[in-house]
Amino acid sequence: MTFTPQKLSTKALELKANQIREDVIRMLVEAGSGHSAGPLDLADIFTALYFDVLKHDPKNPNWDERDVLILSNGHCVPVQYATMAEAGYFDKKELLTLRKFGSRLQGHPERERLPGLETTSGPLGSGLSQASGMALSMRMDKEKERRIYVIMGDGEQDEGNVWEAAMFASKYKLSNITAITDRNNIQIDGPTEQVMPLEDLKAKWEAFGWHVLEIDGNNIEMCIDACAMAKAIIEKPTMIIAHTVPGMGVDFMEYDFHWHGVAPKPEEAKKALAELRSLGGKIRSEAD
Amino acid sequence: MTVPIIKDISAKDIASEPIRAGFGRGLKKAGELDARVVAACADLTDSTKIADFAKAFPDRYIEIGVAEQNLVTVGSGLAAMGKIPFVSSYAAFEPGRCWEQIRTTICLNNRPVKLIGSHAGLYTGADGATHQMLEDLALMRVLPNMVVLAPGDSVEAEKATLAMAKDRRPNYMRVTREATPIFTTADTPFEIGTAYVLEEGEDVTVIATGTMTYQALLTVDMLYKHGIDVEVVHVPTIKPLDADTILKSVQKTKHVVTVEEAQINGGLGGAIAELLGEHYPVPIKRMGMHDHFGESGTPEELLDYFGLTAKDIVKTVQTLLAKG
Repeated sequence: MTFTPQKLSTKALELKANQIREDVIRMLVEAGSGHSAGPLDLADIFTALYFDVLKHDPKNPNWDERDVLILSNGHCVPVQYATMAEAGYFDKKELLTLRKFGSRLQGHPERERLPGLETTSGPLGSGLSQASGMALSMRMDKEKERRIYVIMGDGEQDEGNVWEAAMFASKYKLSNITAITDRNNIQIDGPTEQVMPLEDLKAKWEAFGWHVLEIDGNNIEMCIDACAMAKAIIEKPTMIIAHTVPGMGVDFMEYDFHWHGVAPKPEEAKKALAELRSLGGKIRSEAD
Repeated sequence: MTVPIIKDISAKDIASEPIRAGFGRGLKKAGELDARVVAACADLTDSTKIADFAKAFPDRYIEIGVAEQNLVTVGSGLAAMGKIPFVSSYAAFEPGRCWEQIRTTICLNNRPVKLIGSHAGLYTGADGATHQMLEDLALMRVLPNMVVLAPGDSVEAEKATLAMAKDRRPNYMRVTREATPIFTTADTPFEIGTAYVLEEGEDVTVIATGTMTYQALLTVDMLYKHGIDVEVVHVPTIKPLDADTILKSVQKTKHVVTVEEAQINGGLGGAIAELLGEHYPVPIKRMGMHDHFGESGTPEELLDYFGLTAKDIVKTVQTLLAKG
């Protein structure tokens, strides 16, 4: 069985990303808690992945030829839920159940609750290790067509587990892994370089034996191109450091670390949605 | 009904072997039976007895280095793709170093990873308190979805390993470093989740796990001389606990002593006290580590110092029964 998604134009992808951001805001205000900055800045990367890069089938989440996407920074899962709904995994109405009792959309992702999630995450630093186990298993089984994608936060790279995995993936030359770091420079307690400096992040990953690409993570075309480039690297795993604007798309959230771990209040959400709907006056998303 | 074990438990020349050796044999056999079985280790391949598997199946053996968080989490990823991963280190480091990864990526994620914690208990001996893992049973027993095993000898460990390879749940098995007497035989049954009555008696039930079951068996003749008829129940599966077998025995004897080479808080003693407290409260004495770390010494010296020999069990039983 094969599944070929229809390729969308860049403009259409940007509209999707904007729609996903609106959905994220609606979900968070309805939930009354959750993380805002990361899900907003990851919308472009998730759009690129689900609507261009990934081999997947929303109607057959367990398709055995699918690529695997691991969300290591599980707190950003609202953007994954919104993107999955946009892609047709489930009805958009369900998005408003985020974080509520009985919902499949748990506050942090749980694999066994929602088809299409590949793992359970939230506690940081363990996504890359799981991806490495998966990638090695594929290597053992000589599965050459599938890839593993891992989304990681930058703050989570304070965790030692990340660097254990970095060494491991490099040792086994797991070139079937594409990792993407959301380099938004913020974490809960403040800017990453104040909380625990990560730079020179590119040099760190290179020193651990990875091929490193740096891109504008809010540029969908660059995300797609970088993922294509990563596929061409056959000797090493690839880390894409995606520089993003935290809170991207909502003026009063952008670059402000205070929005890392809180949800907008109703008034703030109204303002945010109004701004997203008229993004630069250029793009209008679909009406509610 | 008792199950068959060796005839002369107190023989001076009883065969002995480290429990971890039985795991090593079982793993190699499991690998021969099922190509999905893979093994990973954190720089302790020889001492956790994965070496035979590694030699037989080099393509299915993974060296992780000294990185226990990565060890168990790579295991989760391997299981996600359909492998049956056995991951091993010393119990002090796995689960000791990586409990959260086990909780989130294996238990909550419900991936059938097979965790082996070697050098558990006082039998770790000379290495001292840092390496004598005494808290592993408690740490693993509180995790939903996790199965917790503590085989009594190397022969049982081999059977347990083969059973783990077929079980679809996350499993933890503790194994020991130094040689311990072999009291089961090829004919002794083993199933995950079953406790076994090894000796029938009327007056008191001694419930033991791991290496302590041998000590419990030694008490049968000793107590008989004091006119006490002891029933010995061997509990190689701490979780899920075989409540039926245990309750049936205790309803008969109405007196219980538990024995383990681990912290009684949260260990076998904790599990039995919880079960009986709710379903059949009777006088109970729990033997094991009482909120205390171990120290360097020979296993014999340590068992004697911490009161875990057959003689100590006899004394405890006598005290318990004297109280009525």
